[in-house]
Amino acid sequence: MIGVLGELLITAGVLVMLFLGWQLWWNDAIMANEQSDAASEISQDWIEQDRLAQAELEASATAEPEETAETPGATDYGDPIVAAAPGNATAFAVLYVPRFGAEYHRTVAEGTGHDVLNSTRLGIGHYPDTQMPGEVGNFAVAAHRSAYGGGMHLINELQLGDAIYVQTADGYYTYRYRDMEYVDPSVVGVIAPVPNAPDAAAVDRIITLTSCNPLYSTAERIIAYGVFESWQPTSAGAPADLAPIIAAQAAG
Amino acid sequence: MYLALWRVLPGPLWLRILLALLLLVGALYALATWVFPWVDTLVNNQEATVGSP
Repeated sequence: MIGVLGELLITAGVLVMLFLGWQLWWNDAIMANEQSDAASEISQDWIEQDRLAQAELEASATAEPEETAETPGATDYGDPIVAAAPGNATAFAVLYVPRFGAEYHRTVAEGTGHDVLNSTRLGIGHYPDTQMPGEVGNFAVAAHRSAYGGGMHLINELQLGDAIYVQTADGYYTYRYRDMEYVDPSVVGVIAPVPNAPDAAAVDRIITLTSCNPLYSTAERIIAYGVFESWQPTSAGAPADLAPIIAAQAAG
Repeated sequence: MYLALWRVLPGPLWLRILLALLLLVGALYALATWVFPWVDTLVNNQEATVGSP
Protein backbone atom coordinates (compact mmCIF):
# COMPACT_ATOMS: atom_id res chain seq x y z
CA MET A 1 0.00 0.00 0.00
CA ILE A 2 2.78 2.39 0.98
CA GLY A 3 4.59 1.31 -2.16
CA VAL A 4 1.66 2.29 -4.37
CA LEU A 5 1.36 5.68 -2.67
CA GLY A 6 5.07 6.27 -3.18
CA GLU A 7 4.81 5.38 -6.86
CA LEU A 8 1.85 7.72 -7.27
CA LEU A 9 3.74 10.59 -5.65
CA ILE A 10 6.79 9.99 -7.79
CA THR A 11 4.57 9.85 -10.86
CA ALA A 12 2.95 13.15 -9.90
CA GLY A 13 6.39 14.73 -9.50
CA VAL A 14 7.53 13.43 -12.87
CA LEU A 15 4.32 14.75 -14.50
CA VAL A 16 4.91 18.24 -13.13
CA MET A 17 8.48 18.25 -14.42
CA LEU A 18 7.29 16.92 -17.79
CA PHE A 19 4.69 19.67 -18.00
CA LEU A 20 7.26 22.37 -17.30
CA GLY A 21 9.60 20.86 -19.85
CA TRP A 22 6.79 20.76 -22.37
CA GLN A 23 5.71 24.33 -21.64
CA LEU A 24 9.14 25.96 -21.51
CA TRP A 25 10.92 24.14 -24.32
CA TRP A 26 8.89 21.71 -26.42
CA ASN A 27 5.73 23.75 -26.91
CA ASP A 28 7.80 26.95 -26.81
CA ALA A 29 9.82 25.85 -29.83
CA ILE A 30 6.73 24.71 -31.73
CA MET A 31 4.94 27.99 -31.07
CA ALA A 32 8.01 30.04 -31.95
CA ASN A 33 8.03 28.35 -35.38
CA GLU A 34 4.33 28.81 -35.93
CA GLN A 35 4.42 32.48 -34.89
CA SER A 36 7.41 33.10 -37.10
CA ASP A 37 5.74 31.50 -40.13
CA ALA A 38 2.54 33.45 -39.53
CA ALA A 39 4.51 36.70 -39.35
CA SER A 40 6.26 35.92 -42.66
CA GLU A 41 2.90 35.39 -44.31
CA ILE A 42 1.53 38.72 -43.11
CA SER A 43 4.68 40.58 -44.08
CA GLN A 44 4.72 39.07 -47.58
CA ASP A 45 1.04 39.87 -48.03
CA TRP A 46 1.64 43.53 -47.32
CA ILE A 47 4.53 43.70 -49.73
CA GLU A 48 2.50 41.95 -52.43
CA GLN A 49 -0.52 44.20 -51.90
CA ASP A 50 1.69 47.26 -52.16
CA ARG A 51 3.31 45.91 -55.34
CA LEU A 52 -0.13 45.44 -56.91
CA ALA A 53 -1.23 48.92 -55.82
CA GLN A 54 1.93 50.46 -57.28
CA ALA A 55 1.47 48.58 -60.55
CA GLU A 56 -2.08 49.87 -60.78
CA LEU A 57 -0.91 53.42 -60.14
CA GLU A 58 1.72 53.18 -62.84
CA ALA A 59 -0.75 51.72 -65.33
CA SER A 60 -3.18 54.57 -64.77
CA ALA A 61 -0.53 57.26 -65.10
CA THR A 62 1.45 56.17 -68.13
CA ALA A 63 1.76 59.60 -69.71
CA GLU A 64 3.10 61.23 -66.57
CA PRO A 65 6.87 60.75 -66.52
CA GLU A 66 8.07 59.44 -63.19
CA GLU A 67 10.21 61.73 -61.14
CA THR A 68 13.83 60.72 -61.11
CA ALA A 69 14.41 57.46 -59.36
CA GLU A 70 14.50 57.75 -55.61
CA THR A 71 17.76 56.87 -54.04
CA PRO A 72 17.05 54.71 -51.05
CA GLY A 73 18.23 56.13 -47.78
CA ALA A 74 18.64 59.65 -49.13
CA THR A 75 14.94 60.33 -49.41
CA ASP A 76 12.93 62.03 -46.74
CA TYR A 77 9.46 60.54 -46.65
CA GLY A 78 8.13 63.10 -44.24
CA ASP A 79 6.23 62.28 -41.10
CA PRO A 80 5.46 58.59 -40.78
CA ILE A 81 1.99 57.32 -41.57
CA VAL A 82 0.20 56.47 -38.35
CA ALA A 83 -2.45 53.79 -38.72
CA ALA A 84 -5.52 53.61 -36.51
CA ALA A 85 -5.43 50.91 -33.84
CA PRO A 86 -7.35 47.81 -34.98
CA GLY A 87 -9.72 45.66 -32.93
CA ASN A 88 -8.57 43.31 -30.21
CA ALA A 89 -6.34 40.42 -31.30
CA THR A 90 -6.04 41.83 -34.83
CA ALA A 91 -2.55 41.70 -36.33
CA PHE A 92 -1.23 45.04 -37.60
CA ALA A 93 2.57 44.90 -37.50
CA VAL A 94 5.57 42.62 -37.72
CA LEU A 95 8.50 43.18 -35.37
CA TYR A 96 12.10 42.48 -36.40
CA VAL A 97 14.96 42.58 -33.92
CA PRO A 98 18.17 41.33 -35.54
CA ARG A 99 19.78 41.06 -32.09
CA PHE A 100 17.24 38.32 -31.32
CA GLY A 101 18.48 36.40 -34.36
CA ALA A 102 18.53 37.11 -38.09
CA GLU A 103 15.45 34.96 -38.49
CA TYR A 104 13.53 36.71 -35.74
CA HIS A 105 10.21 38.21 -36.73
CA ARG A 106 6.90 38.18 -34.87
CA THR A 107 3.41 39.47 -35.40
CA VAL A 108 2.20 42.36 -33.30
CA ALA A 109 -1.53 42.36 -32.57
CA GLU A 110 -3.79 44.64 -30.59
CA GLY A 111 -4.26 43.80 -26.91
CA THR A 112 -2.09 42.06 -24.35
CA GLY A 113 -4.45 39.27 -23.29
CA HIS A 114 -3.74 35.56 -23.55
CA ASP A 115 -5.61 35.53 -26.86
CA VAL A 116 -2.65 37.46 -28.29
CA LEU A 117 0.41 36.54 -26.22
CA ASN A 118 -0.38 32.82 -26.06
CA SER A 119 -1.55 32.56 -29.66
CA THR A 120 0.18 30.37 -32.22
CA ARG A 121 -0.28 33.05 -34.92
CA LEU A 122 0.32 36.27 -32.99
CA GLY A 123 2.67 36.46 -30.01
CA ILE A 124 3.36 40.14 -29.39
CA GLY A 125 0.66 42.33 -27.88
CA HIS A 126 0.24 46.08 -28.23
CA TYR A 127 -0.95 47.84 -25.07
CA PRO A 128 -4.32 49.22 -26.28
CA ASP A 129 -4.02 52.71 -24.81
CA THR A 130 -0.53 53.36 -26.07
CA GLN A 131 0.43 54.91 -29.40
CA MET A 132 0.83 53.21 -32.77
CA PRO A 133 4.08 52.74 -34.75
CA GLY A 134 5.52 56.07 -35.86
CA GLU A 135 3.19 58.08 -33.66
CA VAL A 136 4.53 60.68 -31.25
CA GLY A 137 4.41 59.00 -27.86
CA ASN A 138 5.00 55.41 -26.89
CA PHE A 139 4.39 52.33 -29.02
CA ALA A 140 4.36 49.79 -26.18
CA VAL A 141 4.25 46.03 -26.68
CA ALA A 142 4.52 42.93 -24.51
CA ALA A 143 5.62 39.36 -25.17
CA HIS A 144 6.58 36.30 -23.20
CA ARG A 145 10.19 35.91 -22.15
CA SER A 146 9.88 32.13 -22.06
CA ALA A 147 7.18 29.66 -23.14
CA TYR A 148 4.49 30.37 -25.78
CA GLY A 149 7.11 31.13 -28.40
CA GLY A 150 9.18 33.31 -26.07
CA GLY A 151 8.91 36.44 -28.20
CA MET A 152 11.31 38.39 -25.99
CA HIS A 153 13.58 35.59 -24.84
CA LEU A 154 16.76 37.55 -25.60
CA ILE A 155 15.52 41.01 -24.60
CA ASN A 156 18.32 41.33 -22.05
CA GLU A 157 20.93 41.10 -24.83
CA LEU A 158 19.94 44.31 -26.61
CA GLN A 159 22.79 46.75 -26.98
CA LEU A 160 22.79 50.51 -27.48
CA GLY A 161 21.89 51.36 -31.06
CA ASP A 162 20.44 47.95 -31.96
CA ALA A 163 17.81 48.19 -34.66
CA ILE A 164 14.19 47.44 -33.83
CA TYR A 165 12.14 47.37 -37.04
CA VAL A 166 8.38 47.55 -37.17
CA GLN A 167 6.73 46.71 -40.47
CA THR A 168 3.10 47.57 -41.11
CA ALA A 169 0.88 47.66 -44.18
CA ASP A 170 2.08 51.24 -44.65
CA GLY A 171 5.82 50.82 -44.37
CA TYR A 172 8.88 50.29 -42.22
CA TYR A 173 9.58 52.11 -38.96
CA THR A 174 13.12 51.96 -37.64
CA TYR A 175 13.74 52.38 -33.93
CA ARG A 176 17.09 52.22 -32.16
CA TYR A 177 17.39 50.53 -28.78
CA ARG A 178 18.44 52.99 -26.10
CA ASP A 179 18.09 51.67 -22.58
CA MET A 180 16.64 49.11 -20.25
CA GLU A 181 15.13 49.06 -16.81
CA TYR A 182 13.74 46.52 -14.40
CA VAL A 183 10.50 47.31 -12.61
CA ASP A 184 7.80 45.85 -10.44
CA PRO A 185 4.91 44.38 -12.48
CA SER A 186 2.61 47.12 -11.21
CA VAL A 187 4.62 49.99 -12.72
CA VAL A 188 2.41 51.11 -15.60
CA GLY A 189 4.36 54.36 -16.00
CA VAL A 190 6.77 52.59 -18.35
CA ILE A 191 4.15 52.53 -21.10
CA ALA A 192 3.12 56.19 -20.70
CA PRO A 193 3.61 58.46 -23.77
CA VAL A 194 6.69 59.76 -21.99
CA PRO A 195 7.86 56.71 -20.02
CA ASN A 196 7.75 57.26 -16.27
CA ALA A 197 6.38 60.79 -16.69
CA PRO A 198 2.63 60.25 -17.08
CA ASP A 199 1.81 63.97 -17.07
CA ALA A 200 4.42 65.10 -19.55
CA ALA A 201 3.45 65.95 -23.14
CA ALA A 202 5.05 63.59 -25.65
CA VAL A 203 7.58 64.97 -28.14
CA ASP A 204 9.54 61.85 -29.06
CA ARG A 205 8.51 58.65 -30.74
CA ILE A 206 9.38 55.79 -28.40
CA ILE A 207 9.03 52.02 -28.64
CA THR A 208 8.75 50.06 -25.40
CA LEU A 209 9.18 46.31 -25.16
CA THR A 210 8.06 44.68 -21.94
CA SER A 211 8.60 41.11 -20.79
CA CYS A 212 9.25 39.01 -17.71
CA ASN A 213 12.29 39.03 -15.54
CA PRO A 214 14.19 37.05 -14.39
CA LEU A 215 14.09 34.38 -17.07
CA TYR A 216 11.54 31.66 -16.16
CA SER A 217 10.10 33.89 -13.46
CA THR A 218 7.45 36.58 -13.36
CA ALA A 219 8.69 38.41 -10.28
CA GLU A 220 9.76 41.53 -12.19
CA ARG A 221 9.36 43.09 -15.60
CA ILE A 222 12.20 43.92 -17.94
CA ILE A 223 11.56 47.05 -19.99
CA ALA A 224 13.52 47.97 -23.13
CA TYR A 225 13.16 51.39 -24.74
CA GLY A 226 13.96 52.41 -28.28
CA VAL A 227 13.83 55.76 -30.05
CA PHE A 228 12.35 56.36 -33.47
CA GLU A 229 14.93 56.94 -36.17
CA SER A 230 13.29 56.86 -39.60
CA TRP A 231 10.38 55.73 -41.65
CA GLN A 232 9.89 54.63 -45.25
CA PRO A 233 6.81 53.50 -47.14
CA THR A 234 6.44 49.91 -48.35
CA SER A 235 6.98 51.03 -51.95
CA ALA A 236 10.45 52.31 -51.03
CA GLY A 237 11.46 48.83 -49.91
CA ALA A 238 12.84 47.74 -46.58
CA PRO A 239 15.74 49.53 -44.88
CA ALA A 240 19.09 48.21 -46.14
CA ASP A 241 19.81 46.07 -43.10
CA LEU A 242 16.31 44.63 -43.02
CA ALA A 243 15.98 43.88 -46.74
CA PRO A 244 17.93 40.57 -46.68
CA ILE A 245 15.83 39.34 -43.76
CA ILE A 246 12.64 40.11 -45.67
CA ALA A 247 14.04 38.49 -48.81
CA ALA A 248 14.86 35.35 -46.81
CA GLN A 249 11.25 35.30 -45.61
CA ALA A 250 9.97 35.37 -49.16
CA ALA A 251 12.22 32.48 -50.08
CA GLY A 252 11.34 30.26 -47.20
CA MET B 1 1.52 -0.39 -9.20
CA TYR B 2 4.16 -0.44 -11.92
CA LEU B 3 5.22 -3.91 -10.78
CA ALA B 4 1.63 -5.16 -11.27
CA LEU B 5 1.61 -3.59 -14.74
CA TRP B 6 4.85 -5.36 -15.58
CA ARG B 7 3.37 -8.69 -14.47
CA VAL B 8 0.30 -8.18 -16.65
CA LEU B 9 2.45 -7.75 -19.77
CA PRO B 10 2.56 -11.04 -21.72
CA GLY B 11 5.31 -12.80 -23.57
CA PRO B 12 9.08 -13.14 -23.18
CA LEU B 13 11.29 -10.43 -21.69
CA TRP B 14 12.07 -8.61 -24.97
CA LEU B 15 8.36 -8.36 -25.84
CA ARG B 16 7.55 -7.06 -22.39
CA ILE B 17 10.25 -4.40 -22.65
CA LEU B 18 8.92 -3.42 -26.07
CA LEU B 19 5.34 -3.21 -24.80
CA ALA B 20 6.40 -1.21 -21.75
CA LEU B 21 8.23 1.26 -24.03
CA LEU B 22 5.19 1.50 -26.31
CA LEU B 23 2.98 2.26 -23.32
CA LEU B 24 5.41 4.94 -22.18
CA VAL B 25 5.55 6.58 -25.62
CA GLY B 26 1.76 6.44 -25.86
CA ALA B 27 1.41 8.07 -22.45
CA LEU B 28 3.87 10.84 -23.38
CA TYR B 29 2.08 11.46 -26.67
CA ALA B 30 -1.29 11.72 -24.92
CA LEU B 31 0.19 14.10 -22.35
CA ALA B 32 1.80 16.41 -24.94
CA THR B 33 -1.19 16.35 -27.28
CA TRP B 34 -4.17 16.62 -24.96
CA VAL B 35 -3.32 16.83 -21.28
CA PHE B 36 -0.61 19.52 -21.20
CA PRO B 37 -2.38 21.98 -23.56
CA TRP B 38 -5.44 21.64 -21.36
CA VAL B 39 -3.50 22.12 -18.11
CA ASP B 40 -1.83 25.10 -19.76
CA THR B 41 -5.16 26.91 -20.02
CA LEU B 42 -5.76 26.40 -16.29
CA VAL B 43 -2.42 27.48 -14.87
CA ASN B 44 -1.28 31.03 -15.32
CA ASN B 45 2.38 30.96 -14.47
CA GLN B 46 3.65 33.18 -17.28
CA GLU B 47 2.80 36.88 -17.36
CA ALA B 48 4.65 39.44 -19.40
CA THR B 49 2.65 42.64 -19.12
CA VAL B 50 2.82 45.55 -16.74
CA GLY B 51 -0.25 46.60 -14.84
CA SER B 52 -2.13 43.32 -15.15
CA PRO B 53 -3.45 42.01 -11.86
